[in-house]
Amino acid sequence: MEQSIYKFVLRYSKTQQIFVLLVTVCSLPFYYVSLDIPKKIVNGALEGGPEDFPKPLEFFGIKVVDLDQLVLLFALCGVFLVLVCINGGFKFYINVYKGLLGERMLRRLRYQLYSRILRFPLPHFRKVSQGELIPMITQEVEPLGGFIGDAFALPMHQGGLLLTALVFIMVQDWRMGVAAIAFYPVQGYIIPKLQRRVNLLGKQRVKEVRKLSERIGETVSGAQEIHAYDTSQYELADFGHRLGRIFDIRYQIYRKKFFIKFLNNFMNQLTPFFFFAIGGYLVIKGELSLGSLVAVLAAYKDLAPPWKELLNYYQMKEDSRIKYDSVVSQFAPPGMRDEAQLDAEVDAAEPLSGELVVGNLTLSEDDVRVVDGVSFSLGVNERLAIVGAGGSGKEELTLLLARLLDPTGGRITIGGKDIKTLPEAVTGRRIAYVGANAQLFSASIGDNLFYGLKHRPSQEAGYDAKTAALRRDALAESARAGNTTRDIFADWIDYAAAGADSPSELTAAAIRALTVAEMVDDVYQFGLRGTIDPSAHAELATRILRARTALRERLADPDLAGLVEFFDNEKYNTNATVAENLLFGTPVDDTFDMERLAENAYVMSVLDRCGLTEDLLAMGHEIAGTMVEMFSDLPAEHEFFEQFSFIRADDLPDYKELIGRVDKDKLETLSEDERHKLLSLPFKLVPARHALGLVDDVMQPRLLEARKTFARDLPDNLSSAVEFFAPDRYNAASTLQDNILFGKLAYGKAQAATRIGALISEVISELDLYTAVVAAGLEFQVGISGSRLSDAQRQKLAIARAVLKRPDILVVSEATARLDGATQTKVTKNLLTEFEGRGLIWALHRPSLANQFERVLVMRGGKVVEHGKFSELDQPDTHFKMLIAAE
Amino acid sequence: MSLQEDVERLRSIPLFAKIEPSKLKLLAFTAQRVTFNSGENLFRQGDVGDAAYIITSGTADVVVATPNGPLTVAQVGTNDFVGEIAILCDVPRTATVTATSTLMTMRISKELFFELVSQFPEISVEIMRVLAHRLDVTTRQLQDALSKLKAG
Repeated sequence: MEQSIYKFVLRYSKTQQIFVLLVTVCSLPFYYVSLDIPKKIVNGALEGGPEDFPKPLEFFGIKVVDLDQLVLLFALCGVFLVLVCINGGFKFYINVYKGLLGERMLRRLRYQLYSRILRFPLPHFRKVSQGELIPMITQEVEPLGGFIGDAFALPMHQGGLLLTALVFIMVQDWRMGVAAIAFYPVQGYIIPKLQRRVNLLGKQRVKEVRKLSERIGETVSGAQEIHAYDTSQYELADFGHRLGRIFDIRYQIYRKKFFIKFLNNFMNQLTPFFFFAIGGYLVIKGELSLGSLVAVLAAYKDLAPPWKELLNYYQMKEDSRIKYDSVVSQFAPPGMRDEAQLDAEVDAAEPLSGELVVGNLTLSEDDVRVVDGVSFSLGVNERLAIVGAGGSGKEELTLLLARLLDPTGGRITIGGKDIKTLPEAVTGRRIAYVGANAQLFSASIGDNLFYGLKHRPSQEAGYDAKTAALRRDALAESARAGNTTRDIFADWIDYAAAGADSPSELTAAAIRALTVAEMVDDVYQFGLRGTIDPSAHAELATRILRARTALRERLADPDLAGLVEFFDNEKYNTNATVAENLLFGTPVDDTFDMERLAENAYVMSVLDRCGLTEDLLAMGHEIAGTMVEMFSDLPAEHEFFEQFSFIRADDLPDYKELIGRVDKDKLETLSEDERHKLLSLPFKLVPARHALGLVDDVMQPRLLEARKTFARDLPDNLSSAVEFFAPDRYNAASTLQDNILFGKLAYGKAQAATRIGALISEVISELDLYTAVVAAGLEFQVGISGSRLSDAQRQKLAIARAVLKRPDILVVSEATARLDGATQTKVTKNLLTEFEGRGLIWALHRPSLANQFERVLVMRGGKVVEHGKFSELDQPDTHFKMLIAAE
Repeated sequence: MSLQEDVERLRSIPLFAKIEPSKLKLLAFTAQRVTFNSGENLFRQGDVGDAAYIITSGTADVVVATPNGPLTVAQVGTNDFVGEIAILCDVPRTATVTATSTLMTMRISKELFFELVSQFPEISVEIMRVLAHRLDVTTRQLQDALSKLKAG
């Protein structure tokens, strides 16, 4: 990158900077004339009697026309007005243009910094933390945008203004001019000296702030350790100390900065002293006209702001220079990947072929040879197991083979080509790598699977005419800022790479890849527990409804009857809560949150209308009494509270006090808040489960009546807040599983959940819905870094992602270590089958699994100690045998 | 079936006779009522024990796997308590219990059971008594079997 901010600015915005300068220069004559007008008004139009007129109206010594006194006055005022407008217009235009220029350059700078991160050699990420990189790109460079717009224009503009005003004063009287600038040399000498000290402090401050954000980042990722070792006080002390250092530095900067400001202001204010003294003397002596003195004073007033701006500019320039230097120096680690290697385009990447030859391959880290002179060759269609103890260098070897690390010596060639020289478009598509801690992105399972197919846009996005125009403009602007012109909204998926032609074929390919990774059942479960939009997937919704009917038919079997209590608008569902029975639908948003139904005004109005409020209140009182009786002696942290109690442990004392104070027959004395408290309890009752005898045969029909009233009187503005249960309609707010079930699992039937789960699976496979459910499961959001998946699921997904892009060589490094034994064996077998006739290089954590590979490489201390077929190595006294024995 | 009925039922089981009503209520409230059809297993020999069952109605067989095939060692019925050994000493289920008629049970989870035992020493004593009794029966059966074996 450019070494200094000026080089950066000139390289990317020379023309624009020159343009701003030209516009600025054009604006100066108008400014000069506007300074001259007041003098003309005073000396020309106001002085003298009627006998002196008509006088000529003249600019720059050219007489335009002779005018009478009043006409001349108004003409001059008119010209003044026009000039005010022109000057304002120039200012506005220049400022907007500079803003645009600055923002464009800032965008370019950020883009370049980010693209450099993508070119960092991977080991560099061990030395640099997120906490440092993020603020550099986000905050630290932010002020540079403002400065870049001003880099040349501001000194030129303000300098021009200053010079114009100065020339004007000089023209009036040279002595006044000298007085105006008498202090400039002093300021010019002292201020840079002071500024240098501020600069040093500024550098220190940047460093300290970076360390601070690094520490915050560490705290976030180490929160578990901090609590596990009770070190929060230590961390606070450390943080406080760092803040203190930043405080000291900033305080010093402020003191020095404001001292500079003070000095400038002081000197500027001294100048008028000379004006009044010298100017006054000259006027009295008759050597200077009063009009000139007025004009000089007016010009002087205009002299101070540009001077101030110039001094500010100087400070800003120094600030920006330091910021730029300190940021850019962090973005040039040695061993950066070549830009062309990332960008180079290859046509439909040709399959790799021939021999993979590793020659004297060496990788040194801090002078330790982690991989030490490894040589071997392998057909690209062979399957190789690499075994060795921890620290044997097998992991590093796989990283070198996948070209994720660059060797410090030796080379790897495929079909005679050094992979170091191959563009990433080849290595990143023809070779796949799965490590032990695969990274997932915060998106859906599908997005993560297809991530490995998104190399370049494969098909332009289908915009309507209006959006297309907007996008074209956006991309054109992107190009102007040196950003990519590849459209993020285009379809980036390389279908052909996955062996698919269309999105639906891609789904089939994805399911196949998931099957290889033994992940498909997990995704199926996500699908069952997920929702779909029936308007977008009308066909699936219809088929789910068919599954609902099929399940119901099966459940008619007397052996299975009673496992599910179906939703029936005419019947009270004894396996559902009172709240669910009332609502008889799925809440779409928070309006009818089941947990807080008692607080909903509409629900309460329905209960009032049905005359249920007082009964429910009495029920609430009774439940509260029972809960208090049962749970009072339990410690607050007891798990029963969470599992069984209607009242949280924290709230129990409140309820205890409440029922102790208010008798059952005095409920009308309760406050609004207390009524809510009691009313919330019966909503949680499930008659089949909570044998409290409260929701009995008398109560159930009344609640049923309330359910109907609720649905009938639901105002239009609330109708979108709940999706009612209807036997022949797909419920968009419910999960696929609940849509198929359309009822509640009966409480207290042995194994009900397992048996129904199996029945649903049967129905789904019978109706050929499995694929569709898995496809729905692809929509499941995995959370930040895949946090909503288990460790094993994350790894399986990463394996599926690698399989999907159909690489010629798959490099695996202990990727299955987190799976359970049975799944490990299955995945290994699946992958070996999948990669028959293709390359598979696998650093195994269990050497015994090597028996299924064609070749085995045994590593120790960075060197290859044994190499051959499994049967050749599986002999007494080999290293390999020892490794297996130690397993 | 109301909570009060359940409490009465529990009280009539010797094991719980001496527990104060509020705890019995908690037990009745937190216990899961599980129904088994005839032929269904409450649990299988070798499973991990996570709960004990109080039979509230119906009958069941206690079956042990032997080299010569399954052997029914006992029959249980209303107010019997089964499955407590596995949760008491963390061993796999020692027998399979199969319903022989429609069986209504109250399922008491391991956590709930220990909660009760730790709070009420009376229960521990009662359990000891029940277990000692069972041991006595088993020992006698063993003696019978051994003497038969000798005689045969």
